[in-house]
Amino acid sequence: MEINKNKYSIIVPTYNERLNIALLVYLVFKHLRDVDFEIIVVDDGSPDGTQEVVKQLQQVYGEDRILLRARPRKLGLGTAYVHGLKHASGNFVVIMDADLSHHPKYLPSFIRKQLETGASIVTGTRYVKGGGVHGWNLMRKLTSRGANVLAQTLLWPGVSDLTGSFRLYRKSVLEDVISSCVSKGYVFQMEMIVRASRKRYHIEEVPITFVDRVYGSSKLGGSEIVEYLKGLAYLLVST
Amino acid sequence: MKHIVKLLILLVAVSAFWIGLLETVVPRSYAWLLPVYFIVSLGCYGLLMVGVGLMHFPTCPQEAVLLQKDIAEAKEFLKQRGVDVDYD
Repeated sequence: MEINKNKYSIIVPTYNERLNIALLVYLVFKHLRDVDFEIIVVDDGSPDGTQEVVKQLQQVYGEDRILLRARPRKLGLGTAYVHGLKHASGNFVVIMDADLSHHPKYLPSFIRKQLETGASIVTGTRYVKGGGVHGWNLMRKLTSRGANVLAQTLLWPGVSDLTGSFRLYRKSVLEDVISSCVSKGYVFQMEMIVRASRKRYHIEEVPITFVDRVYGSSKLGGSEIVEYLKGLAYLLVST
Repeated sequence: MKHIVKLLILLVAVSAFWIGLLETVVPRSYAWLLPVYFIVSLGCYGLLMVGVGLMHFPTCPQEAVLLQKDIAEAKEFLKQRGVDVDYD
């Protein structure tokens, strides 16, 4: 088997993920042996001491493997990725959540899929066989499914999981796509993949499982449905 | 071409077909109702898709168990190396 000469920059935005970031880093190192990678933690001034824990992790794993690129306060997910990208030295970039709902054990399958197909983007999907969710009640599944059907009907996006944010991008592709995205929050994730699809980038999917977060508090709040519909309408006319 | 433009072109094509139907073959009363039938069918199809998807929503309860194991393993390893993992 050919040696993989690629380097992967894993960008993890954090806010109050003191325990989760440590667990995540351990699991990434566990599952990515023999892979050249770095983890870029973009912390938005967490008051719970997340950055102190990251510094402890740097002592264990090395400052060249774990980069802390903090910002003064909550400045949004999209700009967190842009910030992380500036410091990324890999030719591929992985974006994933810090709360362990995205399990690092899937990282090898993302990498393998990209090597096999030469894809520019590999996106994780929860909605196909081999994937799945846990910890979602009926209401959440209903809204997720409804949202997905609506988005598929209106946008014809070419991927099965639009709001997922566990993805591998060729660095140049991420830079190109991110520069044309303006949305906030998870609509931003949708905009990224729809724009990539419109630009005809080669996108592949791998099944992932999504276990609802164990520690900490979710950043998902109240008026999601309205935001989602507004986001869909925006994507409908602008992509 | 923007996606919305594609959709509008599709809409125009279907409307032209419908107007054509109005003028010729089908009895007027039926033809006028076709758009209504179409929209209702689309709605039903959408609901069906949501329902089917909901029934077959893949779940993975065993993953939660595995995750707990991973967390325990991680805490053990990191604690020994001076990383603070006692926060809960």
